[in-house]
Amino acid sequence: MYFDSFTEFLRMGDHGLYVWVAYGSTLVVLLGAFFITRSMSRSVEENIRWAILARQAEQVAGIAAKQGRSNES
Amino acid sequence: MKLNQKLKEYWHKLGSPRWFYEITTNWVTFFGIGALLLLVTGLVWGLAFAPADYQQGNSFRIMYVHVPAAMVAQSLYIGMGVAGFIGLVWRMKLTDVAIGACLPLGMVLTALALFTGGVWGKPTWGSWWEWDGRTVSTLVLLFLYIGIYALREAIPDLDLRARASALVCLVGTVNIPIIKYSVEWWNTLHQSASFSLTEKPAMPVEMWLPLLIMGLGFYCFAGHQVLSRMRLEVLTREANSRWVAEVMLSKGAPAAVMQPSTTDTTDHGKD
Repeated sequence: MYFDSFTEFLRMGDHGLYVWVAYGSTLVVLLGAFFITRSMSRSVEENIRWAILARQAEQVAGIAAKQGRSNES
Repeated sequence: MKLNQKLKEYWHKLGSPRWFYEITTNWVTFFGIGALLLLVTGLVWGLAFAPADYQQGNSFRIMYVHVPAAMVAQSLYIGMGVAGFIGLVWRMKLTDVAIGACLPLGMVLTALALFTGGVWGKPTWGSWWEWDGRTVSTLVLLFLYIGIYALREAIPDLDLRARASALVCLVGTVNIPIIKYSVEWWNTLHQSASFSLTEKPAMPVEMWLPLLIMGLGFYCFAGHQVLSRMRLEVLTREANSRWVAEVMLSKGAPAAVMQPSTTDTTDHGKD
């Protein structure tokens, strides 16, 4: 490690504020982008799965209705 | 002749959303893991182990986030320009998806580069903002990103939106060489390039190696983000197609969904 102590590391030779603000903002941007994209992907996948499920339920209901009708006649 | 045909086949496949979606499944994971490893290594190294600059002291450590952010922001714009060109010439739909995926990350990274630049400028130049060639051309890049974003939001028609944004992306690429050579063309405060392809870096190894790692980490992160967003857009656009249903059902769907097979339901109309 370049610094002698942890306090020295935090102080960054009087440039602590600048260094930590720059790194902090970078971390916020990277993590923010990651989590926003991930939640968007998940919700799109979820919606598509529900839509498929709904389509299949409709098909099953259609078959059942058709079979019901053919049994009656 | 054979190679030519192979290339042609590949080119056509590139336009297929299903092929794109399936081939990039592993790439996303690969870039994600790469980004995590490289960024953590680079951050720790740059913050705690690299030696301080003899003139700038510890504020030079801002370089490790400022330079990669600016590099990737410009690269993403170049990517959008190339995608715009291909989209205009060959009418490939995937290129518009690519533009839409590069846009948000490119925008925030440009903003980040400007912000960290200001934070670095304060202790080094004595000012948060200087009207110098590099900062102004980067500000123009930010406005280009914002402009294209606004344009895309304003046009609901997919086809028109694709063509309009492709054109602006393409035209806007003239700004990239301006950013690149701004430090040479104008006598400015901004320091010149840290890396070049032809010369050895002016910094010692223990200073530029963490920068290289951070740069690669940022590129991996961008790869992960752009591909994820492209995949999500492809899924949204193709939501009702058969292949999306197949792909979605094959990965982790509840068992009940798997039961009614779609093939035997379609034939029932006959009997």
